[in-house]
Amino acid sequence: MAFPKLFQWLAGIAVFLSVWSALFFRLVPVKLSQPWHDVISVLPLYLLISFACYSLAVVGYRVATFNDCVVASEELKKQVEEAKEDLKRKGYKYANEFS
Amino acid sequence: MARNKYSVLLPTYNERENLPFIIWLLVKHFSESGIDYEVIIIDDGSPDGTLQVAEELQRIYGKDKIVLRPRGQKLGLGTAYVHGIKHATGNFIIIMDADMSHHPKFIPELIKKQETENLDIVTGTRYSGDGGVFGWDLKRKCISRVANFITQMLLRPGVSDLTGSFRLYRKEVLQKLIDACVSKGYVFQMEMIVRARQFNYTIGEVPISFVDRVYGESKLGGQEIVDFLKGILYLFATT
Repeated sequence: MAFPKLFQWLAGIAVFLSVWSALFFRLVPVKLSQPWHDVISVLPLYLLISFACYSLAVVGYRVATFNDCVVASEELKKQVEEAKEDLKRKGYKYANEFS
Repeated sequence: MARNKYSVLLPTYNERENLPFIIWLLVKHFSESGIDYEVIIIDDGSPDGTLQVAEELQRIYGKDKIVLRPRGQKLGLGTAYVHGIKHATGNFIIIMDADMSHHPKFIPELIKKQETENLDIVTGTRYSGDGGVFGWDLKRKCISRVANFITQMLLRPGVSDLTGSFRLYRKEVLQKLIDACVSKGYVFQMEMIVRARQFNYTIGEVPISFVDRVYGESKLGGQEIVDFLKGILYLFATT
């Protein structure tokens, strides 16, 4: 059985943070020019903001394009009327409750 | 291969107004498409007398089509399915709400999807294709989409609608899933699909239009949202 999603996320975050901190705190012998170091220092924040924007865009789009099933609702109303008539014909004894 | 038979499990609680119409629609769509079926009504001692209505419908449509398996008191949804399955004579089980938000016209589509791809589960979805809802305001739509987005992110279930409960299951698959699931309420519906993925069952989807209940109140309060979040976190940590 696969690892729970929680572990998968924690593992992903741990890998990212260890690589990031190794570069940010210059713990590894990699020569980084100052502009690159600047990029890395704001990278986590930048990723978070991008993710937030992406989420908002996706949710916004999906709310805007959520189908309103007006036709389905009309059809159902019509069928309920049909059902009332038919049930009355069949001698349904609570037909007097139909509004 | 023997002909397939489909047992619809219909748990009810105070559905006196809706029940005659949902049964009428079920009978109509099943008989029009020539599918072998039975409807099992599991009423949890509704004080509004849903059971008397069910008995009257059984008189009209016959004991082989309308089966009554009432229980004395309100017990959970999961146990209603267990109770229903015990008496089901079909080799496939359809679960749906009795409040007409799930229209029986989609049942032949669920069945066709199952047959053509030989699937274990087919689930109705409000979130893809021509699927949708009627009777939801902007706030409700936002909550629903946000909840669905979070679910997709955290659980990656491979299914677009986890909280919906309009589904077709192979009988033995449903039995096994119910045994494996511990959640209550509609978190139970999410857990069923997530566990199904875990067990490598094959799942298909059919877009459905969800018409929010005509009679009676639809419920979405703070408690539902809290339960939803707890459920998501539970599944996130354990599956």
